[in-house]
Amino acid sequence: MAAQPYGLMAVFDTVPAVFHAAEAVRDAGYKFWDCITPFPVHGLDRAMGVRRSKVPRFSLAGGLLGFTTGMSMIWFTGAFDYPLIVGGKPYFSPMFAFPVSYELTILFTAFATIGGMFILNRLPMHYHPVLKADQIVRGLDDKFLVVIEARDPKFNLAATKALLEKAGGKEITELEA
Amino acid sequence: MGHAAESTYGTPAILKEIKPAVLPRATLVENNRSFGWITDKICGIIEGRTPTWWWVCFIVAAFVASFTVAGLTYLVATGVGVWGHANPVNWAWDIVNFVFWIGIGHAGTLISAILCLLRQKWRTSINRAAEAMTIFAVVCAGIFPVFHVGRVWFAWYLFPIPNSNYIWQNFRSPLEWDVFAVSTYGTVSVLFWYVGLLPDLAILRDRFTAAGNKLRGFLYGLFAMGWRGSNRHWSNYEMAYLILAGISTPLVLSVHTIVSFDFAVSLIPGWHTTIFPPYFVAGAIFSGFGMVLTLMLPLRAIYGLQDLITQYHIDCMCKITLATGTIVGYAYATEFFIAWYGANPYEGFAFINRAFGHYAWAYWIMIICNVITPQFFWFKAIRRNTAFVWVLSIFVNVGMWFERFVIIVTSLARDFLPSSWGYYSPSIVEIFTFFGTFGVFSVLFLLFIRFLPIMPMAELKAVTPQADPHGHGDASAGHDGHRAH
Repeated sequence: MAAQPYGLMAVFDTVPAVFHAAEAVRDAGYKFWDCITPFPVHGLDRAMGVRRSKVPRFSLAGGLLGFTTGMSMIWFTGAFDYPLIVGGKPYFSPMFAFPVSYELTILFTAFATIGGMFILNRLPMHYHPVLKADQIVRGLDDKFLVVIEARDPKFNLAATKALLEKAGGKEITELEA
Repeated sequence: MGHAAESTYGTPAILKEIKPAVLPRATLVENNRSFGWITDKICGIIEGRTPTWWWVCFIVAAFVASFTVAGLTYLVATGVGVWGHANPVNWAWDIVNFVFWIGIGHAGTLISAILCLLRQKWRTSINRAAEAMTIFAVVCAGIFPVFHVGRVWFAWYLFPIPNSNYIWQNFRSPLEWDVFAVSTYGTVSVLFWYVGLLPDLAILRDRFTAAGNKLRGFLYGLFAMGWRGSNRHWSNYEMAYLILAGISTPLVLSVHTIVSFDFAVSLIPGWHTTIFPPYFVAGAIFSGFGMVLTLMLPLRAIYGLQDLITQYHIDCMCKITLATGTIVGYAYATEFFIAWYGANPYEGFAFINRAFGHYAWAYWIMIICNVITPQFFWFKAIRRNTAFVWVLSIFVNVGMWFERFVIIVTSLARDFLPSSWGYYSPSIVEIFTFFGTFGVFSVLFLLFIRFLPIMPMAELKAVTPQADPHGHGDASAGHDGHRAH
């Protein structure tokens, strides 16, 4: 094994077990650590001390951009670039421009939301030490993993291992970087 | 410290004194299945050998789909005149089929978005397949208007792409709104579906890699984007999913509203009514749930998914079908009432003509299928008879196709001037093209159930009792002893 591992990984069997372990690791003051769960565990964010997601900021920006794009595109094409009288109606009116702008608001919001989620999660990331571990198959299936990274200032191989053991973690392994 | 605070968080003190009755919650996963059982069950469908019935269905579906290919090839080679459209009926089966397929898609978005916002947890076992249904239905729907433009190689004129004629689209027209509504709907449905698939693709990646199937592991891994189940990721993921549900809700309502504007904004008696948007949306959800039942009941039987699609799920779907079917029936009555109360002779004639004119047969098929059929769902015994529910769901599908036929064709065939009246019948090319879209839909759906997880495993696990972090559920479930290998 390499001199400096990526971190330590412990396996937990049940949701309450990983929930309490997360609280223990949080209270021990670790910063660079994570839980690997097969599904979003209700309340685990607070147990880990994870702040509210910033995805909505991306969504809002996308929505505003979409609505502006719709309105300005319809104004540009119908009232500026090639004004053409159709049915005696005005060249531009926010009324008839609304449905298309509304759809574009939703379209741009969707792209921004998903893009924001990928950016905040640093995905795609096809290589990751966690993905190399054998336990990951179960970690996405029916087990719950806690990973504490070696770059955490409080990380100490023996002490961190003891903490995970005390929290009830099994199969504590060092992750290859 | 955290745990004790969590349990009492947000609970008003008064609740302890008055002790409200606890209503029993419906079990969403029967037989106390473990997390591992869910993974094995859903992944097993993909990992197992391709069943014989799948090949039989696939070959039949591909054959049926070839009718669409043949019909469209003939149309492109000859001209749009090979369809039965002629004055005064210039919109006919193509637009009927378009609205029919788009409407079917709406149940998928309703299940994935609106029921998500309403915290209807029973949606989890049907939402993946219903969203797939949405996407494939939009694909089938898109074929018709695109080919109805006549010279399909100019279909890109629908989008504001600069062209050598310096002509822009007419954004005052509901038809142009429809282009944006339907293309946005298709795109957002695919995005929503993909985000839901992400964690499940990661499971498949790891399982195939662990089993030594490098190619499939690589392919699933490519689309899984390196998902690793990190809770810091889940936090952003859940927020993104919630926002997508939040924006898909107004989207799905707007799409069929705008589709109904194609008619309601015109001046044709029978089309020019303000009731159209809500009436179309209710009808779309009605037809979509009909299709969800048509698809999910056989899947449940074939793959033995009774623990995941429980009787409670079927009850819920039947009740939504009943509610929306009744709304549709009420809308039919309101249309008639307003036609009389509005005292417009053309409007009055259009409705009398619908029920008693040349197309009365279509009108009464519609009434029987859409208004009478769902009323059976009032009865628990009928909702428990899966085979009968399936038959009723077919009636719903048929009825909703006829609804669009009645609205579009009867209104056009008898417009203002008796001298221009006509009677429309479809040509064989149209019939082939429409028949074939069922094959296109089935081919896509069969590929979906063969290669992608038909249920969202992560979401299913989250609604099991043992997913409760405070141990209210049976935390002992979820051990290997329960796994069905």
